[in-house]
Amino acid sequence: MSTGELVIKELRAGIPGREILRGVSLTVRSGEVHAVMGPNGSGKSTLAHVLMGRPGYEVLGGSVTLDGIDLLALPTWQRARAGLFLGMQHPIEVPGVSLVDSLTAARPSVPAAEIGATDAGVGGRLHDEARRIGFDERFLDRPLNVDLSGGERKRNETLQLGVLRPRFAILDEIDSGLDVDALGVVGRRVQEATAEWDLGVLAITHFRRLLDVLHPDVVHVLSGGRVVATGGSDLAEIVDRTGYAAYV
Amino acid sequence: MGSRLANRASLRERPAVLSTFTPDSAAAFSGPAWLRQRRSAAAEAFSSSPLPTEKDEVWRYSRIDQLDLDRFRPSGTMPVQPSSDPGPSPSDRIHSLVSSLGVRAGLVVTINGVLATVASSVGDELLTLGRATEHAHMEHLLGSVVSEPRDFQLLNDAFVVDPVLVDVQPGVVIDEPIVIVHMITGAGGDAVFPRTMIRAGASSAAGVIEIVVDVDTGLLADPPSDGVRGPNRPLEHLVVPVTELQIADDATLDFVSVQSLGAETWQVAHQASTIGANATLRSFAVALGGSYARLRTDSALAGAGGTSMLRAAYIGRDEQMLDFRTLQDHLAPRTTSDLLFMGAVADRSHSVYSGLIRVRRGAVRSDAMQTNHNLVLDEGAHADSVPNLDIEENDVKCSHASTVGPVDEDQRYYLESRGVEPQRAEQLIVSGFFQSIAEQVPLAGTRSLIGNALAQRVGVGHV
Repeated sequence: MSTGELVIKELRAGIPGREILRGVSLTVRSGEVHAVMGPNGSGKSTLAHVLMGRPGYEVLGGSVTLDGIDLLALPTWQRARAGLFLGMQHPIEVPGVSLVDSLTAARPSVPAAEIGATDAGVGGRLHDEARRIGFDERFLDRPLNVDLSGGERKRNETLQLGVLRPRFAILDEIDSGLDVDALGVVGRRVQEATAEWDLGVLAITHFRRLLDVLHPDVVHVLSGGRVVATGGSDLAEIVDRTGYAAYV
Repeated sequence: MGSRLANRASLRERPAVLSTFTPDSAAAFSGPAWLRQRRSAAAEAFSSSPLPTEKDEVWRYSRIDQLDLDRFRPSGTMPVQPSSDPGPSPSDRIHSLVSSLGVRAGLVVTINGVLATVASSVGDELLTLGRATEHAHMEHLLGSVVSEPRDFQLLNDAFVVDPVLVDVQPGVVIDEPIVIVHMITGAGGDAVFPRTMIRAGASSAAGVIEIVVDVDTGLLADPPSDGVRGPNRPLEHLVVPVTELQIADDATLDFVSVQSLGAETWQVAHQASTIGANATLRSFAVALGGSYARLRTDSALAGAGGTSMLRAAYIGRDEQMLDFRTLQDHLAPRTTSDLLFMGAVADRSHSVYSGLIRVRRGAVRSDAMQTNHNLVLDEGAHADSVPNLDIEENDVKCSHASTVGPVDEDQRYYLESRGVEPQRAEQLIVSGFFQSIAEQVPLAGTRSLIGNALAQRVGVGHV
C-alpha cells in the first residue's frame, strides 16, 4: 500500500454563519510529512475538525478524498475506518471507557490479541507502542484521558496512532503540552511511522520546534482560511524568524 | 389509555372502601399478640386516612394516581415453615444469583413475604438472623427507624407477614456479607410486604445485600428447569418493601440493595437509616425492574461525627418509571452525608430524583453533598432532577449538583474519530458512566453481579 494520497481541493467550511476555510487546497502523499503553520485564527484547527467531521462544522464547498474515497460523504467513524486519524489538540475525557475497549471497538477487523487486549497484559501493539513512547503502562487501564496530564494525553494520542495504524494522520498541535524530551519521543515515533507503514502526516503547529523533529517534506502557511505559502522546511525557518506578518 | 383514565376517576372518589386491604384482612395473619395488634392498628390507620395523590408534594411527578389497590390482594396468609435447606421450590430460581455472591455469613430467603430459609455460619452470640418475631425487643425495634409512618409504610405495617431481623452484636466484625433475598412469585395480583430490620451494634462492622427479585420474570432469576421462562406476559404485583437500618455508635454497615422486579410490577419501597456517633453507613441501591418503582431513602445522622454515603444506579426502559426520593437529615454536629445517584433512561421511560438535604439547628460543621446525574438516551425518555436544601445552621458545608442530558457529543466524537460505530460508542459511554459508580459498590463481592445486571439492562456485554 504505497502511493496513496489525501487530496484537499478548494475546501470551504466554517461554523454556521461564518466561513473560516475559504478554499484550502493541498495534497499529502503516503509517507510524506506536511506541516501547516499559521497565526491564531487562521483556520488550522477548523481544518483538522472539518476533515474528521466534527459536529458543529459545515462544509460549504470543495472536496476531500483519501485514496480516491470521498471522505466528506462519510460519517466520522467511516472516515477513521477509511484510514484517517486525528490526533486532537484537546483529547477528550471519556469516563469509565478504557483504552483497550475503545481501540478494539475502533478496529473490529483486527484481532484483540494483536491490538494487545489480552488478559496477559503483555504483547500486542498496545504494549509495544507504550514502550516506544515511554507511556506509563499503568495508564493503559485508565479510562480514556481521565486524570492524565496534558503531556500524557498527547502521548496517548500518539499511542493510539501507533495501534490503529491509519493511512493518514492529522496532528493538531500534538506538540502543545509536551516538554522537549517528550516532543522528541513523539516526533520520532511519527517520523518512524512514515517509514514503517508509509503514514502520511499533516501536522498542524504554531512552532518550528516540532518540525525540527518531524522533518517535514512540505510546509504550508495558512492565513485567513487559505494556504498563502507553500515551501520546503526553509519556509518554517523564515516564519520562525520573521513571524506571520508578511502572510496576513 | 382508557383504563388509566378510569382508574384516575375511581381514585378521585376516595376514600372508596377498599375491598382487600382492610383491618379484617390484616387480622387474618398470624403471629405474636404484639404483632397482630400492630397490624390491626396500622390497618385501621391506613383505612381511615386518604390515599396519597399526585397533588401531595412528596408524590409530585409520580404515577400514584394510576395505582388501583383493589387489583391486588395481600400475600402470605399461608405461612411456610422456615427451612435451612432450600428444597424444590421457587428457591431453585435464585441458585445462580446467590452463588454468584460468593462466600456469605448468612442467608435469609422470603417467598412472597413468608420466611422460607435462614442459614448462618456465624454464631448466635455474634449475629441474630431470621424471623424477627422470635426475638425479644422486636416489638420496640420494629418501626423505630422509619419516621412518620404513613400510607405505604402503614400498609407494610398492616400486612407484613414475617419481618426479618439482622442483628449484629456490639463489637462484632463480620467479614462476609449477609444475603437477604425476597422472592416474588405467583399468578399476578399479589401484594407483598417485605420487611427488614438491620441493627449494627456499637463498634460492629458488617455488610448486607438485600435483593428483591421477581423469580418468574425479573432479571437475575434463573430460568425454570423446564426451560420455559415465565409467563408470556409479565405479571402485575405490588411490592412494598420497608428496610430499617439502625447503626449504633462507632459501627460500620455496608448495605447493598437490588430491585429486580417484573416489568408490570408496582413497587413503593422505603429504606430508612439512623446513624450513631462516629458510625458509618455505605449504601448502594440498584433499580432495574418494575413498571412504577419508587424508592424513598431517608438517612438520619443522629450522632456527632456520623457519616452516610448513599449511592444509587438505575436504568429505565420501555414505559417504566423509576422514582427516587431522598432525605439527608443532619441532626448532630460534624456529620457527613454524601449522596450520588446516577441513572439512564431509554425508550419512553421516565425517572425522577427529588432529594432534600436538611441541616438542623445544632448540626454545626456538617458537610452534605448531593449529586444526581442522568443520561437521557432516547427522545421519548425523560428525567426529572430536583435537589433541595433546608439549612438551619450557618457553620456548614453543603453542595448539590444535578445534570440531565444526552450522551456527551464530544465523547461520542472522540470515540467515532477512532473508528468506533455510533451505536457502539454510545454503549461504551453509557457503560462507562455506570462503571464510575459501580466501582463504589461497598461490598466487593457483589460488584460483578451489579456490573453485569446494569450491563444487561443497558444492553452491552459488561460494565
